[in-house]
Amino acid sequence: MAHGRWRPTAPLHHLQQRARILGRVRAFFAERGVMEVETPMLSTAAITDPHLESFSTRYTGPGHAKGTVLYLHTSPEFPMKRLLAAGSGPIYQLCKVFREGEAGRRHNPEFTLLEWYRPGFDHHALMGEVAALAAPLLGLEDRVVEKLSYREAFLRHAAIDPLEASVAELQACAHALGINGFEGESERDVWLDLILTHVVEPKLGRDGLCFIYDYPASQAALARLSQDNPQVAERFELYYQGVELANGFHELADAGEQCKRFSAELEVRKTLGLESVPLDEHLLSALEAGFPPCAGVALGIDRLVMLALGAESLAEVIAFTIDNC
Amino acid sequence: MATYSTNEFKRGLKLMLDGDPYTIVENEFVKPGKGQAFNRVKVRNLKTGRVIERTFKSGESVEAADVMDTDMQYLYNDGEAYHFMHPESFEQIAADASAVGDEAKWLKEQDMCVVTLWNGAPISVTPPNHVILTVVETDPGLRGDTATGGTKPAICDTGAVVQVPLFIEVGDQLKVDTRSGEYISRAKE
Repeated sequence: MAHGRWRPTAPLHHLQQRARILGRVRAFFAERGVMEVETPMLSTAAITDPHLESFSTRYTGPGHAKGTVLYLHTSPEFPMKRLLAAGSGPIYQLCKVFREGEAGRRHNPEFTLLEWYRPGFDHHALMGEVAALAAPLLGLEDRVVEKLSYREAFLRHAAIDPLEASVAELQACAHALGINGFEGESERDVWLDLILTHVVEPKLGRDGLCFIYDYPASQAALARLSQDNPQVAERFELYYQGVELANGFHELADAGEQCKRFSAELEVRKTLGLESVPLDEHLLSALEAGFPPCAGVALGIDRLVMLALGAESLAEVIAFTIDNC
Repeated sequence: MATYSTNEFKRGLKLMLDGDPYTIVENEFVKPGKGQAFNRVKVRNLKTGRVIERTFKSGESVEAADVMDTDMQYLYNDGEAYHFMHPESFEQIAADASAVGDEAKWLKEQDMCVVTLWNGAPISVTPPNHVILTVVETDPGLRGDTATGGTKPAICDTGAVVQVPLFIEVGDQLKVDTRSGEYISRAKE
């Protein structure tokens, strides 16, 4: 008998502060004229990103007599982009998202995401707004906001050029920094991710907010490539005290390029032996219909609350985690 | 070959790495915003006690180490090996000095220890958390001095040297914490 396991993992005063933070987030967007929206958590399509796994479930009912496989969203990005294409203007959403296989001190397979889109913004303008929202919530109003390109961050904290170094050089760098194993690894992005998570990330945002921007094109995800330098994509992340808090893009608006990236990811899934998933045709149609130039960002609310309260783990700010849900 | 997926990783799980058995001390799931997820673990070599860091791609499988912790009674040391007996089967095994290591100084005949077996052979011995030892050599005691808080070294019957209060005398029995090596109290006769 697991006595006491019914209790919330977070102390109630943390949940009260969490509620206040959610209130302040909504007030921030209300003041700026950004509309709150809700989109379905269920979708007939799933994310193709080989490093994201969707939960799936089944709907049987009127119109679906034989049952239809539906996926729980890993982020509300695709339906929100359909709203943007339909002319919604600036929008935000606070919702639960679901990611299979992710649990730990800073991960829970079900977590709260704040996602918003700003037509007319590029990624630098949006970084400004992310800082304007996050700094007061973290008590960092008077701290300098640091901005480093991905390349600068690696040069500074790992003394290697992530865009120019060969796989062998990245491997030697990782080994010199105490990362063991991975002898046969030939995938460049795996080496970059190893160095990033083990060496660079822990040093980011020690004294205040730190943005990393202009990621290698191979890690563009849904960001557009830079026009000045096609080696990098207009993607950014926010860090505070070594914790990744947000990921944003100057959004890719080109349906053809989007389709190419989906197909490439499906190919990678096949090579890795992962399940193939249906790609989001609605998103492609919306992009084709005309998508406003915009920037968008997703921010992990649980991690934000964790850092705002000085907590060490998500369990301290989530009522019930995967371990007692 | 038995394997564990990274999803089974937790403290105490026994893995084979580079031909040696290891136990997981700490396991952390890390993942960049977009990209590969890793399990970053601290593991202790069960033969040498050395702790190292290792990282695995999440979802990877790792060979399991056939390691078993067994409660056994310490019998005696014949000068070459330390002999232990299973209390129910009376089966006896001999552990050499490299398996017992520094813990030898806490081994008292009849005490129950945890003997860690790898492929059936002992690789380490964990003494009980608390043992009762007899002082065989120490400076003369300052009887009645229980307040000054000073300490002095005392050599015990097993060879262990423990820092003890000044009033302890040769022949006294001590309760000692084997994890910290610290004196806890005088043991009742």
